[in-house]
Amino acid sequence: MSAGTIVTLPDQSTARIPKMNFLTKENGLLSWLLTGDHKRIATLYLISITFFFFIGGALAGLIRLELLTPQTSLMAADTYNKVFTMHGIIMIFFFLVPSVPATLGNFFIPMMIGAKDLALPKINLLSWYLYMAGGLLALYTMMIGGVDTGWTFTTPLSTHYVNTNVLTTGLAVFIAGFSSILTGLNFIVTIHKMRAPGMTWFRLPLFIWAHYAASILMVLATPVVAIAIVLVALERTLGIGVFDPTKGGDPLLFQHLFWFYSHPAVYIMILPGMGVISEVISTFSRKRVFGYTAVAFSSVAIAVFGFFVWAHHMFIMGISNYAVLVFSLLTMLVAVPSAIKIFNWTFTLYKGSITFETPMLYAFGFMGLFTIGGMTGVFLGSSGTDIHLTETYFIVAHFHFVMVGGMLMAFLAGIHFWWPKMTGRMYPEKISQLAAVVTFIGFNLTFFPQFILGMLGMPRRYASYPPEFQILNVFSTAGATILGVGYLLPVLYLIWSLKYGAIAGDNPWQATGLEWQTQSPPLTENFAVMPVMDHEAYDYEWLEKQQKEQGVASAE
Amino acid sequence: MSGQNKHAHTIVGPRVYVAILFALLLGTALTVWASYVDLGFWNPIIALAIATGKAMLVVLFFMHVWYSTKLTKLTVVAGVFTFMILISMTLTDYISRAWGSW
Amino acid sequence: MQNSQIHAANSAPLAHEEHPSYLRHHFNSTEQQADAAGFAMWLFLLTEVMFFGGLFTAYLVYRNWYYPAFVSGSHQLNVVWGTTNTAVLILSSFTMAMGVWCAQTRRRRGLVLCLALTFFLGLVFLGIKTVEYREKIEKHHVPGFHYSLQSFLDPQSDPEVYKEYHDKALVPDMARHTELYFSLYFLMTGMHALHMIIGIGILGFMILRARAGAYTAGHETFVVNFGLYWHFIDIIWIYLFALLYLISRH
Ligand code: HEM
Ligand SMILES: [Cu+2]
Repeated sequence: MSAGTIVTLPDQSTARIPKMNFLTKENGLLSWLLTGDHKRIATLYLISITFFFFIGGALAGLIRLELLTPQTSLMAADTYNKVFTMHGIIMIFFFLVPSVPATLGNFFIPMMIGAKDLALPKINLLSWYLYMAGGLLALYTMMIGGVDTGWTFTTPLSTHYVNTNVLTTGLAVFIAGFSSILTGLNFIVTIHKMRAPGMTWFRLPLFIWAHYAASILMVLATPVVAIAIVLVALERTLGIGVFDPTKGGDPLLFQHLFWFYSHPAVYIMILPGMGVISEVISTFSRKRVFGYTAVAFSSVAIAVFGFFVWAHHMFIMGISNYAVLVFSLLTMLVAVPSAIKIFNWTFTLYKGSITFETPMLYAFGFMGLFTIGGMTGVFLGSSGTDIHLTETYFIVAHFHFVMVGGMLMAFLAGIHFWWPKMTGRMYPEKISQLAAVVTFIGFNLTFFPQFILGMLGMPRRYASYPPEFQILNVFSTAGATILGVGYLLPVLYLIWSLKYGAIAGDNPWQATGLEWQTQSPPLTENFAVMPVMDHEAYDYEWLEKQQKEQGVASAE
Repeated sequence: MSGQNKHAHTIVGPRVYVAILFALLLGTALTVWASYVDLGFWNPIIALAIATGKAMLVVLFFMHVWYSTKLTKLTVVAGVFTFMILISMTLTDYISRAWGSW
Repeated sequence: MQNSQIHAANSAPLAHEEHPSYLRHHFNSTEQQADAAGFAMWLFLLTEVMFFGGLFTAYLVYRNWYYPAFVSGSHQLNVVWGTTNTAVLILSSFTMAMGVWCAQTRRRRGLVLCLALTFFLGLVFLGIKTVEYREKIEKHHVPGFHYSLQSFLDPQSDPEVYKEYHDKALVPDMARHTELYFSLYFLMTGMHALHMIIGIGILGFMILRARAGAYTAGHETFVVNFGLYWHFIDIIWIYLFALLYLISRH
């Protein structure tokens, strides 16, 4: 092994992509649209969420452009409202929630546990169709004029005051919600019932544990937002009164139901990313994840605690002061398991043989940015400071640090990490490392000033602002431009690599997961023979031994 | 997982079902009767207790949970637990809203 | 380095002895397949629990706030119909459970009979529900559609209910909240009825297949899982009955 990299590629002059693989098994559009293969469905998802990501990204560009100047210069104020609303809805429901689970999770959960497919392949396909139906409906809404309630559909704004397309957007989110429920349900069943012989719970890669926890949230929390949306729709159309104060209803009830989902939803968005980071950190420091059990259980703890804190989004909305107290205390608790993960990853690095391939760079980005994001979450969770910071740019910065700095970095880490397995080819290392660094710089330049803006009191969701905030906003917009370049680069070079990338071979990273023990791209049923798990997760000594035996065997 | 080839599912027979049917009908009669008696504070509690008793009979016997694996039992408990969080934590807000104004 | 076959030596025996036609390719045994489907059904029911959970929460909040309105509203519901419907649904749960037993013990005719009875009882339930809904429509107790407060502001104008409960007139501010009660009544029973309708549709399909012997040859998973769904609907109704009809009848 040469210093500085662990990449081990087959001899490029003789290596070939295996003729038989899941991509070549069948041809034609129908073989994709009617497929039951989790890897093909993951591919469909990957293409579609990338599409939605760039739509959401374009809207973000518009927001930043408008905020370049203190006046409303680019668009009218209510257009601006629609733009940030659609940005939020598309990014959250159509990108972040399905991002890692529906693509990488779909692709690799069966492979990592040694199964041929997810337990319910047809349901898996159905979930993609639901996702597309919801997504297209959201796009249609955008064409016919959009919606301007904010992604939170806050009542009574959404039920009584706006004249925009709340119903179609609500329906789109409702449908996407069922897509997410079905994905989560499928994962839980698969992880329980489809594990290969010898694959005990504590031999599962942490990626699986994280997805298991996220799936529990998808199954248990999403239906509540579904019913909340149904109620909003009925309130708007029939005036049933449940959220209408003039009829004795309570608009805050909507927020309770909405945040009962949407707080757990932030963990739906981050947990799978944490799973990716565990795999990447371990592989590129050649060590078993420190405190495997603690990291595994912290995922479950996040899922469970996540149900107890939702009202921290409602501190100033008029809920009871006693409830504020309780929810504020509980919010402090939920930060603990996140911290456990960060500490354990750091200990994993300690004395590891660290190399700096692209996935690892993104993972480092994740660790730093998620830590800041999580810590500022604790600021917001303290009921006192929250009164000052809520509804300012501080919140915007907080959740972009966790969602973009955290989840999007993790998603990119995962895409690069598993790209060789999915396509059989390597991405170009140097330019990817550059893209990772550009992303990191762009990200910080975009969102760090927003913390300061928030502290200074700039409110969120306005198209104009007092002139003294302009400098920081200019920084932020400049950063967004850099960030945009950082996201465009991977699309270009990853597509390039489909044809010109180096042949990756089975296991370019010398990683231990079962998914690396089969060909790349994998066969339709993943493994030529059913694997048996006879070692712990992240057992690099086992891997070395296996490879030595192989070497001996092939030499004879 | 594979490996366990034994048929693990107990088949529940008609005798149990008939017994449960009568218990449920009895419970229904009881709860209607109870609602006509003025028990003050206890009325809703008794109504919910009887309903819960009936629901448990359905879950345990009609739905076979009594005879099922730990996993199924845990799944049911998880559902009830989350349902209770939703209701109880929401009500903590509503119940305490009017308490002393700060 | 090519190590794709490193597991060849210690791989599990791949195929099982028999491969029934209904065993899907990605499962190793019919046991595993049935287990997975059953577990998936349970998880689906969890989502249903949480879906109804939102409605129950709304109900509890407003019932605590507007208790007198909820009592008066509930007196508008007919206990006889409600009790009958509860019994009908319990009976249908029983026939469904018997159907599962018939499938498990491979009694084809018994299964068809049980499913048909369940189907029929389901329709009876919906029929009674329709009668009840009609009554509400006639009395203008449908929120949003010319909702009328008359029965609550002047109970004696509604002699049928009055002679039984002798409700006092509600003050207007409380009376208007009966509309909230009926909103929740229609929401909860409507959502429940929707589940019944879907269930009855599936039952019809199952009866056809059961007559062809589809479920009595060892592959009864579908019947078992549908049974879970049907019992779940029963449970929801057990609570709806207690909460909507029986708030206080004295
Ligand atoms: C690590 C522990 C975390 C804590 C303690 C925390 C705490 C909070 C609090 C208290 C708020 C409400 C602020 C307010 O409305 O005044 C908030 C908002 C938010 N958080 Fe976090 N958070 C954490 C992690 C995350 C993660 C991981 C994500 C997403 C991946 C996230 C996404 C969001 C979003 C989207 C909002 C804003 C919602 C809106 O539009 O109003 N948070 N967070
Ligand atoms: Cu939150």
